Amino acid sequence: MTAASVPNAAPALLPADTSIDWNRITRFGGLLALGLVFISLAGMPLGLNQRTVIEPVLSLGYLALMWLPFLAGYNVGNEIVLEGMEATKKGPRDLLGGLIVGAIGGVGLSILVLLIDNFDLRDPLVNWSPQLLEFLNFENGVGFGSWIWIPFCGLLGLAGASLQLMSQTMRRAVMTVILAVIVLSVFEFLIIDIVDPLKKVLYAQQGGLKWGAAIVVAILAAAFSLFGREPISQVRSNYNDATGPEKSRQTAVLIGLSVLALIVIPMFTGKITQELLANVGIFLLLALGLNIVVGLAGILDLGYVAFFAVGGYTTAVLTSSNRGEDWPSWFPSEIHWVLALIATVIMAGIVGLIIGAPVIRMRGDYLAIVTLGFGEIIRLLFLSDWLNGYFNGAQGITNIPPADFGIFEIKGTDPRSVFYLVLFFAAISIYVSWRLERSRLGRAWMAIREDESVAEAMGINTVNVKLMAFVVGAVLASFSGAIFATKVGSIFPTSFLILVSIIILVVVIVGGMGNIVGVIVGAFVLIGVLGGPKQPGLLQEFSEYKLLIYGALLIWMMLKRPEGLVPNARRSRELHQDEFLQDAWLKGEVDDAVPDSGDVDGTVAPA
Amino acid sequence: MSDTDTRVPLLEFRNINTHYGAVHILKDVNLAIYPGEMVSLLGGNASGKSTTLKTLLGMVTPTSGEVVLDGEVVNDKPTSYRVERGVTMVPENRRLFKRLSVKENLELGAYLRNDKDGIAEDLERIYTMFPRVKERLNQKSGTLSGGEQQMVAMGRALMSSPRVLLMDEPSMGLAPALVQTNFELIQQIHEEGIAIFMVEQNANMALSLADRGWVLQTGRVVLDDTAENLLANPELQKSYLGGA
Ligand SMILES: Nc1ncnc2c1ncn2[C@@H]1O[C@H](COP(=O)(O)OP(=O)(O)O)[C@@H](O)[C@H]1O
Ligand SMILES: [Mg+2]
Repeated sequence: MTAASVPNAAPALLPADTSIDWNRITRFGGLLALGLVFISLAGMPLGLNQRTVIEPVLSLGYLALMWLPFLAGYNVGNEIVLEGMEATKKGPRDLLGGLIVGAIGGVGLSILVLLIDNFDLRDPLVNWSPQLLEFLNFENGVGFGSWIWIPFCGLLGLAGASLQLMSQTMRRAVMTVILAVIVLSVFEFLIIDIVDPLKKVLYAQQGGLKWGAAIVVAILAAAFSLFGREPISQVRSNYNDATGPEKSRQTAVLIGLSVLALIVIPMFTGKITQELLANVGIFLLLALGLNIVVGLAGILDLGYVAFFAVGGYTTAVLTSSNRGEDWPSWFPSEIHWVLALIATVIMAGIVGLIIGAPVIRMRGDYLAIVTLGFGEIIRLLFLSDWLNGYFNGAQGITNIPPADFGIFEIKGTDPRSVFYLVLFFAAISIYVSWRLERSRLGRAWMAIREDESVAEAMGINTVNVKLMAFVVGAVLASFSGAIFATKVGSIFPTSFLILVSIIILVVVIVGGMGNIVGVIVGAFVLIGVLGGPKQPGLLQEFSEYKLLIYGALLIWMMLKRPEGLVPNARRSRELHQDEFLQDAWLKGEVDDAVPDSGDVDGTVAPA
Repeated sequence: MSDTDTRVPLLEFRNINTHYGAVHILKDVNLAIYPGEMVSLLGGNASGKSTTLKTLLGMVTPTSGEVVLDGEVVNDKPTSYRVERGVTMVPENRRLFKRLSVKENLELGAYLRNDKDGIAEDLERIYTMFPRVKERLNQKSGTLSGGEQQMVAMGRALMSSPRVLLMDEPSMGLAPALVQTNFELIQQIHEEGIAIFMVEQNANMALSLADRGWVLQTGRVVLDDTAENLLANPELQKSYLGGA
């Protein structure tokens, strides 16, 4: 096949379609209706309704529904513009589309209102309640509630669609405004915690942005988006374009500033922020470790929480005064935190070897399932009656003392001290990850991730190298466990549910597997905003729906951004390769660009 | 093996039997590859060719018989031991590390080597041999065309500074136009003094280059002769060389 045989003329065969795509509109509308009904019945609007976004007009409960028609209205007008084809002009057609999609979604809610009014399905559906009905009626009776959502969602869809008609700049400005208002109100507690005086300026007595403040914020955000973006993107593109020593210099400055900010900020903030940062840090340590196991070596370890547990329990046993009665008297007790840490790391390494040895010979899905089992086994051991004399079963080990470093102490009641400790270990973990990635061992990990049997044929001792990944991962997790035990002051089997493994895995995936910066951002966004398995995040109201949101985010990421939140160029390229190739194909550059697709491959001759 | 002389074979199979689970794959196989020669193993699908290579390299352990490297029985030596001593495989379908760059693929070929200078030298040698590869050093190897991938696969193998290359169906999946070029490359590598053990279904082509050949049928060596004689063998012509 040569370039000549590629149908370059494809665009000419497809006339520009200006008619309304009813198929697409009904599909979007139907999905929207389902989405709205689902969110309502999942209880989100009611659960979130206590929280005001803009006083007195908008509550978080209504916002939980409103964003969806808006997004659907915008997206229905999105079309894939094929290379070489004229993009159809956006116009009334798109507005109409958005309006109809929104209205169809509204019909879904109207039907829900009528159904709730007439039938009682409370038994399977907990949220099928009079309160939900009230909420959906805007407390105005079923007569009002049964139709109001149709025009309301229609208008939201229309508003979303109108974004399509705007210039790029305008669209950005609008989005910035919306985002600024939402962020400011949703993160109210954090903002007050950081800058207390803002409380009076921005927020109403009973919570929520004052509407006046909302307008000011909106104007500032718009101004920033219109005029402030240029310098920032200048700086960024300067950084991206820089090479060699200049780039390293800028990177160093960037890292220095971030570290400085992380050291300085907690000095001025209240406990909420400090606590939050400490939690993020503990999970970041875990995520960095798992990133090596999953991201670099490609070992899908679903029982990673085991090492977190081993770290926590080892520290607890060695430092607590209440560790279970069966320990022999010669066994070190209530020793200094640093000594305990050393023992913890060694212990984690040993457990890593013990769990790793049988598991490492398996591949793919078998390995995932077996690690899942080991994760549970470790937790059940700590919980068991059999070892009750050592680990106190469900009562857990309490009285874990603060870590005493003479001039300062690290204890849970002072989350800032915990955060600094976490920061120190995170720095170590990040450095180690970074070095490993570029080492011979890191290469071997990546080779195994790509193709284990070929890696073996290259002379890589795959068993040992994979075990190393397990052990390094275990050690990083044990840091986290040690800090966690000291922070909480007590430790229970329920701190180490499978959920911890899953959430950390999500952090790694969302961050973009194998991407250190991405994992850091992922930890801040997921743990910081949504919260950890048990730790509340910024969106405390959302904690009930945390897993729902985690799941939705995971699906969305897999579909739209498999390279993670902060893609590095090379990973994004490999994941979107198909699209690049299609582009190339349309441009007629196909001859060399066609990839080898595995087993049936390479039938393309070079030009 | 009438031409067996006093030289020590580089690699040798003595009465090798291999099983996958309970299934008997290789049955009493005897082979010998001498330094610097080019030999070929022919056989239809699933006749055990790839298994032969994996057993030579130590990725599969024989159930009986001896694998001999430089006169030493290496049955219980790991793959790395054999790679260090100059045995390298170019796997079936090339099997590059697709999401790693071309450069990283080449470097992984030299995984067991510590001589920095030697590695740099060999890299240069590969760049001269395959200028195309040099142009694409930082590209993901998975995005290369089939022919380029073949070059990288060979380059990766050469980076281990081998004495014998075990090539598993090097022309499989290549466009006809590339097959010829590919064999020329193999010839070129051979001329540098590296022994080649080529597994092929494309028997005509393989035998036109090789000195000797074996024919494998359901795990048993049924023919063992010079390439010339094999090419002339009417039975072989009928069963293997017919369409190829
Ligand atoms: N890992 C394996 N496990 C079980 N059977 C295998 C395995 N690899 C190959 N086989 C079987 O061994 C036989 C020989 O395979 P192989 O050596 O790959 O043949 P060839 O390379 O000649 O096509 C085939 O029947 C194949 O199905
Ligand atoms: Mg084969």
